[in-house]
Amino acid sequence: MSMLVTEEDEKKQEIIRAKGEGKELTKEEKQRLRKEKKQHKKNKKDDRGPPEKEKEKASVPAPSKPATQSPAHKAAPVPVNASASESPVAAEKPAKSKAELRADRRARQDSERASKPGKKEVGQQSTSSKPKATPSELQPVVKRLPEHVQVDDPAALKKLAKKLERQQVPLRSDYGYKVSLFSHLHQYSRKNPPTQQISIPVTAIHPSIVRLGLQYSQGIIAGSNARSVALLHAFKQVIQDYSTPPNEELSRDLVNKLSPYISFLSQCRPLSASMGNAIKYIKKEISNIPNQCKEEEAKRRLQECIDSYINEKIILASQAISKYAIEKISDGDVILVYGCSSLVNHILCEAFEKQRKFRVIVVDSRPRLEGREALRRLVKKGIRCTYVLISALSYILPEVSKVFLGAHALLANGYVMSRVGTSQIALVAKAYNVPVLVCCETYKFCERVQTDSFVSNELDDPDDLIVTRNGKTHLENWQTVKSLGLLNLVYDVTPPDFVDLVITDLGMIPCTSVPVVLRVKNVDQ
Amino acid sequence: MELQAVLMAAGGGSRMMDLTYNTPKPLLPVGNRPLIWYPLNLLEKVGFEEVIVITTKEVQKALSTDQRLKTDVKMRLDVVCIQEEADMGTADALRHIQQKIKTDILVVSCDLITDVALHEVVDLFRAHSATLSMLMSKVHEFTETVPGQKGKKKAGEQRDFVGVDVTGKRLLFMANEADLDEGLVLRKSIMRKHPRMLIKTGLLDAHLYCLKRSVVDFLVHNKSVTSIRGELVPYLVRKQFSKTLNSQNATEDSERNQKQQDAHHNLELLSTSKDEALLQLARERSCWNDHRGDMSEAYHGGKLRCYVHIMEEGMCYRVNTLAAYIEANRVVPKLFEDPPIHPAAVVSERSLVGSDSIIGQLCHISDRTSIKRSNVGTSTIIKEKVKITNSIIMNGVTIEEGCNIQGSVICNNAVIGRGADIKYCLVGSGQRVEPEAERTNEVIVGSDQLMEI
Repeated sequence: MSMLVTEEDEKKQEIIRAKGEGKELTKEEKQRLRKEKKQHKKNKKDDRGPPEKEKEKASVPAPSKPATQSPAHKAAPVPVNASASESPVAAEKPAKSKAELRADRRARQDSERASKPGKKEVGQQSTSSKPKATPSELQPVVKRLPEHVQVDDPAALKKLAKKLERQQVPLRSDYGYKVSLFSHLHQYSRKNPPTQQISIPVTAIHPSIVRLGLQYSQGIIAGSNARSVALLHAFKQVIQDYSTPPNEELSRDLVNKLSPYISFLSQCRPLSASMGNAIKYIKKEISNIPNQCKEEEAKRRLQECIDSYINEKIILASQAISKYAIEKISDGDVILVYGCSSLVNHILCEAFEKQRKFRVIVVDSRPRLEGREALRRLVKKGIRCTYVLISALSYILPEVSKVFLGAHALLANGYVMSRVGTSQIALVAKAYNVPVLVCCETYKFCERVQTDSFVSNELDDPDDLIVTRNGKTHLENWQTVKSLGLLNLVYDVTPPDFVDLVITDLGMIPCTSVPVVLRVKNVDQ
Repeated sequence: MELQAVLMAAGGGSRMMDLTYNTPKPLLPVGNRPLIWYPLNLLEKVGFEEVIVITTKEVQKALSTDQRLKTDVKMRLDVVCIQEEADMGTADALRHIQQKIKTDILVVSCDLITDVALHEVVDLFRAHSATLSMLMSKVHEFTETVPGQKGKKKAGEQRDFVGVDVTGKRLLFMANEADLDEGLVLRKSIMRKHPRMLIKTGLLDAHLYCLKRSVVDFLVHNKSVTSIRGELVPYLVRKQFSKTLNSQNATEDSERNQKQQDAHHNLELLSTSKDEALLQLARERSCWNDHRGDMSEAYHGGKLRCYVHIMEEGMCYRVNTLAAYIEANRVVPKLFEDPPIHPAAVVSERSLVGSDSIIGQLCHISDRTSIKRSNVGTSTIIKEKVKITNSIIMNGVTIEEGCNIQGSVICNNAVIGRGADIKYCLVGSGQRVEPEAERTNEVIVGSDQLMEI
């Protein structure tokens, strides 16, 4: 027992030392620490007798058994922590109580799990076992599933509700019947805005964040770049109005202040990969502010960081990408674009200014019909355009010489996540041997791996599919028809075999080089 | 802080002088609560913690002494008094409290009774960064007979012509019938930008406005604007489409030009914020447009935007006329789950109080009285064998035996003598009706009030 205690002590001191120095633990170190912790916990459990697994598999709820288990649970960590608390390091207190809380929580979860009448046991086990303590036979590092793809799991929903309640962020309820394949995703309605439940002079959330959330949910700010820029602009205002409470550190308190805002924004509309990367960057910058820095200086520094991030990753990146892309556009080209990608529009406008002679075919699709906006911008510039709906794609493709696509995110296995319909375009273009070029800034690269469009996607308001023609709205009462479901997907993934080239600010790379870029980025940071 | 609430309670109730010559309008009882309670309740329900109330000394005194108000309203009321004689318009009042205003404001009138979801109005204000966002509602026909009206209904008050765009949210045009001489004049610039406009006339302006802070600063610079509804709102709506400073009409008086330029310049300057470049970038990169069919960007590049939320269903009354007052009294008791008969009222068992009547506290209702579809205020004494139907009895009224009151409004502290038969009358404050009187369709006010215009 004493050996366990000292090992734990050492580990905790290491963590605190690392945190105190202000440098982030590297990924390997974190994994190693996590592995060790799990080993300790496993040893403790074995000490206590009947393993947890038996309890999980029990079909008949046995309330007496968990009742006797949980005090035993609680008893075991308490003597460990009690002896650990004798060590004189005062800063260890937060780390200790966290471990204690975690053990308590696990005990509570186990008792809850056992007492629940065998409801969807198999399904529950497979999903709920993932975020909970992993059986130690599998690899010790567990990837937690994000909440927004676990909507049909009541345990995850309860956890989310509790978290939002703690942060004073309203929970937005789902709307309408969800097609069964996508029942694990949220589906919100624009008629129930996220501001229904917050007080009108908002107190818990900064007003510019509320404004941003509203603009996201109503689609006023749409598109990966626009959303990131607007997010960073709102963060600038938050930082401007922030003042450190007494006895708090700006570097820690500001990050805690941002968490409820981020929860609110993700309730309005699920965060995009670019937004996620921007948030990670901001949080890192905030935690790296040295403690002795004065508040005004720190705020100024953060504002500068944000400005430079936008300048480098978005504005200069788009200029670099245009430079590369224009090399690929030759005179007489017929270029096909899909939907409204801010980057592709920028490239085409620049190419037109550089006197390239080409014409553009804009492909559009319902219900968003974003192509109309792309069409407006290109025609305003003076470019010759044709406009078709995606159903006419195979008729128009024989004329096309190149396809330029924008991306919402580039995944770690080389798949391209973009507006729904993009994979169709890439597929048909491949069939016609037309080169497909994807333009994407590096800040949109994300470490997720996905091979299909089901696992992680976004469901938009199903009422957008309702259209009135000749005074008749056929789908008006679609909710009354029990066998009818309306599906309004937002994103899809395109496999790398259909993409010929990815143009990034680092240069023109094949799709399979995306993990290399990610690795290089991580090493830089 | 996001929004500050300002409650305008200094108005005189000029369209219902018979009711308000003794009682200030904010204190008129509606459903046995003072009128000012309703907008305060609306603001409190939504989450405001503090309201700036602009009112007269009398109302301020009442606000601080009224027990019920003090217990019901938990917000902090910052009461600003203005002289009644000063005859300030609503915009003048805003100018008066300019020092207190630190953020965008929500201006509410004290005579508004509504159950609107306020977030609808404020969401328009937030999402589109609008300069003005207001609330309007479909006008309901009043069905109750109004005492004192001689037969035919007056040919409706001056109508408002409100022009909205296809979405029904953007406010394009607003004019009152009184200001239009020969016909409706629409500027070509509006039609060019919004070729489809819906003009509605059956709308009631709820006098609930969300205004940007820069508008208050603009008011400070332009002292000629006195009324929000009468002058400021039409001005803002017009200015959405006015030409920019670069192009000007050569025919106009150059002096007036200069002043207009300055005023307009002020409004535009005051509404730009820092970090405009980032916002502009976000908007450029966003693939959204509020209109389609022409070559311009979202909002046609205009900085000034006015929005309106039109309530289709739900309750929205502005109690500024006698008819509206009666209608509101009819509808409001259904809103609240208060017991219809106040527990502190003394109601004898041999009386008949209908289920759609409400009785205030400290009332004394004697035997064999029948009260149907009526509102009886506090401290009212009703003697035996009285029949009250479809009426509104305010506070402190004494009704002697044997009276028959139908479809009438009896104001504070009036006394109705025994055996009187009052049909569709309005008995003014403190008036006495002699016993055995028979009045139909009359307005009974004191002789000194008759001279008031």
